[in-house]
Amino acid sequence: MKPDRHVVIIGNGIAGVTCARQLRKLDDAVQITLISGESKYFFSRTALMYIYMGHMEFEHTKPYEDWFWEKNRLALKEAWVSNVDFHHKTLYFDSGESMVYDQLVIATGSKPNKFGWPGEDLEGVQGLYSKQDLELMQKRTEFGVNRAVIVGGGLIGIEMAEMLSYKKIPVTFLVREKGFWDNVLPQEESALVGRHIRTHHIDLRLEEELQEIISDQHANVRAVRTKSGEEIVCQFVGLTAGVTPNVDFLGDTELAIDRGVKVDFQFKTNIADVYAIGDCAEFHQKPAADRKNIEQVWYTGRMHGETLAYILTGSEISYKPGVWFNSAKFMDIEYQTYGHIPATWDSNEVQSFYWEHEQGKVAFRMNMDSEGRILGINNFGFRLRHEFFDRAIKESWSGEKVISKLQKANFDPEFYAPYYIEIQKAFKAEFGGDFKVSKKSFIQKLFGARV
Amino acid sequence: MKIIQKIGVLLFLIGIGVFTLMPFLGSYSLSENLVNSSVKAIHQEQMVEILAPMYGETYSISFAFISAFNDHFNSYNDALKAQEKWDEVIWDDYAFSLAKAGLESVVRDYPWLFFILTLGFAIIGGMLYNLPKYRDEPAGIKNDGIFHSAMKNRGWMGMITGSYLIVFYIILYWFPAYIVNQVWMVNPLSLLLSGNPASQWFLYGTIYTIAILVMGVRMFRKYRGNKYQQLRTASVMFFQTSFAFLIPEILVLLNQPYYDFKNIWPLDYDFFYDYQISEFLSSGGVGMFMLVWGILLIVIAVPLFTYFYGKRWYCSWVCGCGGLAETLGDPFRQLSDKSLKAWNVERIMVHGVLVFAVVMTGITIANYFSGFTLLGDITNQVHSIYGFAIGSAFAGVVGTGFYPFMGNRVWCRFGCPLAAYLGLVQRFKSRFRITTNGGQCISCGNCSTYCEMGIDVRWYAQRGQEIVRSSCVGCGVCSAVCPRGVLNLENGPEKNRINELPIIIGNDSIKVNA
Repeated sequence: MKPDRHVVIIGNGIAGVTCARQLRKLDDAVQITLISGESKYFFSRTALMYIYMGHMEFEHTKPYEDWFWEKNRLALKEAWVSNVDFHHKTLYFDSGESMVYDQLVIATGSKPNKFGWPGEDLEGVQGLYSKQDLELMQKRTEFGVNRAVIVGGGLIGIEMAEMLSYKKIPVTFLVREKGFWDNVLPQEESALVGRHIRTHHIDLRLEEELQEIISDQHANVRAVRTKSGEEIVCQFVGLTAGVTPNVDFLGDTELAIDRGVKVDFQFKTNIADVYAIGDCAEFHQKPAADRKNIEQVWYTGRMHGETLAYILTGSEISYKPGVWFNSAKFMDIEYQTYGHIPATWDSNEVQSFYWEHEQGKVAFRMNMDSEGRILGINNFGFRLRHEFFDRAIKESWSGEKVISKLQKANFDPEFYAPYYIEIQKAFKAEFGGDFKVSKKSFIQKLFGARV
Repeated sequence: MKIIQKIGVLLFLIGIGVFTLMPFLGSYSLSENLVNSSVKAIHQEQMVEILAPMYGETYSISFAFISAFNDHFNSYNDALKAQEKWDEVIWDDYAFSLAKAGLESVVRDYPWLFFILTLGFAIIGGMLYNLPKYRDEPAGIKNDGIFHSAMKNRGWMGMITGSYLIVFYIILYWFPAYIVNQVWMVNPLSLLLSGNPASQWFLYGTIYTIAILVMGVRMFRKYRGNKYQQLRTASVMFFQTSFAFLIPEILVLLNQPYYDFKNIWPLDYDFFYDYQISEFLSSGGVGMFMLVWGILLIVIAVPLFTYFYGKRWYCSWVCGCGGLAETLGDPFRQLSDKSLKAWNVERIMVHGVLVFAVVMTGITIANYFSGFTLLGDITNQVHSIYGFAIGSAFAGVVGTGFYPFMGNRVWCRFGCPLAAYLGLVQRFKSRFRITTNGGQCISCGNCSTYCEMGIDVRWYAQRGQEIVRSSCVGCGVCSAVCPRGVLNLENGPEKNRINELPIIIGNDSIKVNA
């Protein structure tokens, strides 16, 4: 490989940008170009909802100032790739221009799922993934929307619900599952989130699915019909039933694509010098027992990008994700998870400890194996340390050890109610344990919040 | 907005309206007796003579009166200045005291009525607007619509507010003769607290304290559920009301020096001026206590408390400037400049002011002990420049007047020498840091946006690196607005406080040799 070879990355999301940055940190000579049709400068799409709600402007969502790219010699190409000629290592853009690469990284992310509902292409019906989706939503909901319907109960759906509430637009939320996000959350946690959604006056309909979207005379959405036959009048429909890899533009080529671009654990595709990372990549096997072979999460995109940069500069490593972690925010309730907590489990193999505050907005779950060793945790409404649980789970601590040291894991601000004390008491009552429950400090007694 | 909130806004606007009209009320006239009783003994003879042409005249508006006064007074002084008879020039600002003495107005006759119509209405209006907020909503982050707001995002309301504040500060500092009606309005309150008539500074202190209290209530509503914000807000409300407002007045009532026990040099830049030292030394035990207390604060309290807690113990829990910034200024915190360019300006400016203050104090103390005339002249000149440029223009006009333009901490970030001193301790010898939670950051940018000091908090959070910055005042808002719980203000062991995590937690693919 010549030292000043040209590495081209299609997509400037977290995966592509992390790869570019890390590559530049490791290799001063390589030429790097980031291509994006969505936005010239990298922005955090997790923040799109905050732009809509007026918490931030678009400029605030850019993690790096504009001079950063030139300073680090990361060339930015604002263009849509229309097709790739792998044989001649050439990209062709919508504009007609072309670009030659030595190594290609496909990091094109996802697009919202459309499952062929009648009316899914009407005006006023859209998903929420890209900057353009946000701008469309802003335009569409500025006036004249008396009710919105959101289809699909997951993380983007609940963000959309929060956004529409800001505009005081009444929302009906159609969720196919029995409980909100219950393919990921165990029953109690799913119920907790469902209750909270209703506290925000959102019309949450569980076990309800979209049948069709009904048009008015101008091809605008006028109403939706649910599978149970109800017609709900609305002027905006959000399709948030999951995302799928954004790889249509690679359709008819030699590149092996299933749902996403097929890669091994070094992110190599079936074509030499072509790699794929982030949401759009599909591993041949699951990277770990508790993961899927397509990882559609901010954190994994970042890790893919980071790891590939090392591989591109000659490291003989492959992708080995560590302890699983993720987070979200369900309106006002923060959620963190570390390790492996599935939605359901075999109670012969897994012991589960669950504690919920009486007001129902703070909760903690710890799953342990049959020997009492920690498998994973979920926590809602209070904050726990990543470093602590990464270590505890990696080293297979006993659940008792984890709970006995829970004060160290607490990441809530000072003077907050010490939930860890209640959790310790509850664990001791249910599972026993040879440890002392933490005590409130003097200052906590004087000024601290009570649980 | 609910109806009661609209009533609140109306009342507030009436209060501001009456306040703005007050300089145009009443009439002014002087007599020989009035001049005699309003000026210092040494100036009585000249002043009575200079102002003789004005006796018996009734001026129907402040501008006419002050203009006439200035004519006579300035021509007297100018003549002396032309002859370089500097000792005979009258340097005191008698425009204010004579305007106050010579005023006849409905405000002077019914001060409490106007107190209620202005400050009273503003307080009630503020409460009616803020208390009902968020009543039907669960506790949580309430930043909706900030960048769509005409007030909070440099819109027309923000422009008007900022301009009004700037004009008020300019009048307060340099043209106080025009607001003697307002000063009369708080005169009975001043007599109650200290036994002394009110000056423009008492007016300022009253408005300042009220602003912190009313906007503090707004903070309680906005940050419901966040114990750190509630306690911190209560703390600044307490320190302003007691230490900065009531206690100094009561001290004067008890014939002791006027002293704010939480005002620390070099923020309290005239602490070592000779008139201040003389006052301490001639006020018995209490005065000596104040002098020693002030010195101990600088030498012991600052390094000690900053070591344990970071500079937040002062800047966002105690300081009066900080108190106003965190309450009245909270709606504007997102307007701070986050760019690298701004940081480069900040480093030079704030440490520059520190050097200026230290050098000035050094000269002052040298002069106090040596008494050389030349040094004395230089000292006075330097005091004058510092007092104007830093103490008044920067800290006052820019410090508060610029809230709606550049955020709530312009003084603190770019000018305060005490902040620079506290910051050096925080950066190099402290247990305080903002811990970032491993790999959980999603780079959304809320933290950086809402950092009032213009720190790019996200830069650290997205790398899993703890934030240790000299400018961080520990307001805790970044931690509050973070949607994933990535940030936490903590005091902990010094070791590894500033860490570099080459690989963020969660990725076991890469083994980095330590």
